[in-house]
Amino acid sequence: MKLKKKIPLIDQHDKFGFWGGKFGGSFIPETLKKPVEDLTKEFEKLRKNKKFIKQRDYYFKNYIGSPTSFIKLENLSKHLGGAQIWAKVVSEANGGAHKIYNATVHALICKAMGKKYIVGDTGAGYAGKMLSMAARKFGLKCKIFMGAKDIKRQKPNCDAMKKNGAEIVPVYSGSQTLVDAVSECMRYWVSNCDNTHMCVGSTVGPNIFVKICGWSTAQISRELKTQLKDEFKKIPKKLKLINCVGGGSSAYGFWSEFINYDKRHIELVGVEAGGPKKSKLHAAPLSRNAKIGILHGAASYVCQNKEGQIQETESISAGLDYPGVSPIHCFLKDTKRARYTYATDEDALNAYQMVTKFEKLNPSLEPSHAFAEAIKIAPKLSKDTIIICNSCGDASKDRDILKERLGKKK
Amino acid sequence: MISLIKKTFENTKKENRPALLTYTVAGDNTKKKSLEILKSISKYSDICELGFPHNTPIADGGQIQTSAYRAIKNGIKINDVFSIANQFKRLKKNKPIILMGYYNMIYQYNENKFINKCKKSKIDGLIVVDLPYPENKSFSLRCKKKGINFIQLVSPTTSRERLTQIIRNSHDMVYYISMLSTTGGKLKVAPKKILERYKKIKSLNKNKNIVIGFGITEKTIKSLKKADGLVVGSAICKEITNSINKRQNAVTNVTNIVKKLRNKIR
Repeated sequence: MKLKKKIPLIDQHDKFGFWGGKFGGSFIPETLKKPVEDLTKEFEKLRKNKKFIKQRDYYFKNYIGSPTSFIKLENLSKHLGGAQIWAKVVSEANGGAHKIYNATVHALICKAMGKKYIVGDTGAGYAGKMLSMAARKFGLKCKIFMGAKDIKRQKPNCDAMKKNGAEIVPVYSGSQTLVDAVSECMRYWVSNCDNTHMCVGSTVGPNIFVKICGWSTAQISRELKTQLKDEFKKIPKKLKLINCVGGGSSAYGFWSEFINYDKRHIELVGVEAGGPKKSKLHAAPLSRNAKIGILHGAASYVCQNKEGQIQETESISAGLDYPGVSPIHCFLKDTKRARYTYATDEDALNAYQMVTKFEKLNPSLEPSHAFAEAIKIAPKLSKDTIIICNSCGDASKDRDILKERLGKKK
Repeated sequence: MISLIKKTFENTKKENRPALLTYTVAGDNTKKKSLEILKSISKYSDICELGFPHNTPIADGGQIQTSAYRAIKNGIKINDVFSIANQFKRLKKNKPIILMGYYNMIYQYNENKFINKCKKSKIDGLIVVDLPYPENKSFSLRCKKKGINFIQLVSPTTSRERLTQIIRNSHDMVYYISMLSTTGGKLKVAPKKILERYKKIKSLNKNKNIVIGFGITEKTIKSLKKADGLVVGSAICKEITNSINKRQNAVTNVTNIVKKLRNKIR
């Protein structure tokens, strides 16, 4: 299994949609074959269309607010000693997280295909919030599928979705979290694919959804590359890009421009959700060696039992609380280009406290997992090592959890 | 050698009626009970579909989901599914049985091991919801070699070109999904329209037995009786749920429903 140079990772799949011959694919019911094929053709057409690219860039700049800033975390670096810690503050994007890139592109595609309805899944509520924003912006009717447990724990984002005129469909089956929301959203699409477009909220699902999402979030690393050259004149010699990984959309977006570099030059570190310290449950299929399985239309490492039943997961961060992971991250793991590890709920909370104590930054619980790893490794590294964390979401959505766990309202 | 599935369709055609196919979930609500239900309904059902439950079924509606979750909660394992099927076949060797489920279960079991186990358990056919054509080409071929019917699905969204290829790659039976829906949805397309599409598919190859499923209940079954076969699943699963809730005998209640369904198309 080998990575190819000069071809974007999202395009390095075979004719059946598999990366590395075994990750991804499109394991879908017959009814979805046609809509998936139509979407695939449309996307391939649009991404070559200069007018569409211009339109995308216009909205990225004027609606999302690209580029998001790239800052040094002076105090945190000083406190830890060792490597310099920087942050790409993607949470500055309109709506407060990277999910707006994928949502905007899906809304544009939906319009181009002449569909009036758009549906999507959400865990932390960011994918849902952003899709509802984009739907409102582009005049589309929007339905969001969300696990009942997540609706409770991520109320601020639910309020935002309702304000944007979207209908939230609570999902009560299974563990009532993201995994069930994605299933229910797919079921809805099976029944309504003639007039409805589906947006999958991360780089997961059937092949085409992995591609569209990766193509959208790749904006993050395009910005970062320019910002690195502006700041350091060239790409620093020792660079580590740390990102949390749930489905993996922000991590792919953060890394995509840097995958071609040697890993001794630019290390890519993915941090999964390790769950509560004393729990056996987690949401870390890559770093805790789950087996390959098929979930939501794609083959990837999946938390599952011997029989192939999908396992319940547990994490303080709703956005990472998912038993599967993007096939492109499985590919990056098996080719050893990226390194994957996990942080526990407690690690993430501690990191959150430390970052907010030293810096004017308010990372949500998802990127707090990435900061946990940065805080862990920074003291052991040399001063000329540059660690960059993708601060991909804002913690305002987590205020209830943070209050409960840390006893204060942020 | 002619397959049991094909033979069954020949018989129902002689009787000038469609075959009745029933779907139940293995282990719903216990292993013993699901075997009893299977035995009892097979008096009226021509082909028995037996679901191997998965906890992330992306094409199933509420009724079948409930049955599947219930069976899993009660501890059903894939080997139990084979054992239920095998016990059934020992009693009713001329009644075709089709296993139906999601690909991950087969993938974890190992494809070849799964096919061999099907063969050993006397399974007649296999439906894999999320393994469409052409991805299923090699798997379906291996099934055929072992004398197991791999049943292809076609839907209202299937293009003409795909339809031709799928029919060409199908075995004795093809499953036509009546409408855009998960299982258990209300029939939202006029039966006349469904039969029009059905005839188009049938005209591609008269020798294939085309069954219609999704949205078929006591109310709708009669209107579609021109088809080679009709599948009822959610209506049966719903009755199991109702019987459990009312503390009534699920075997009797479900059998009554299947008997009624059969009477409507005789």
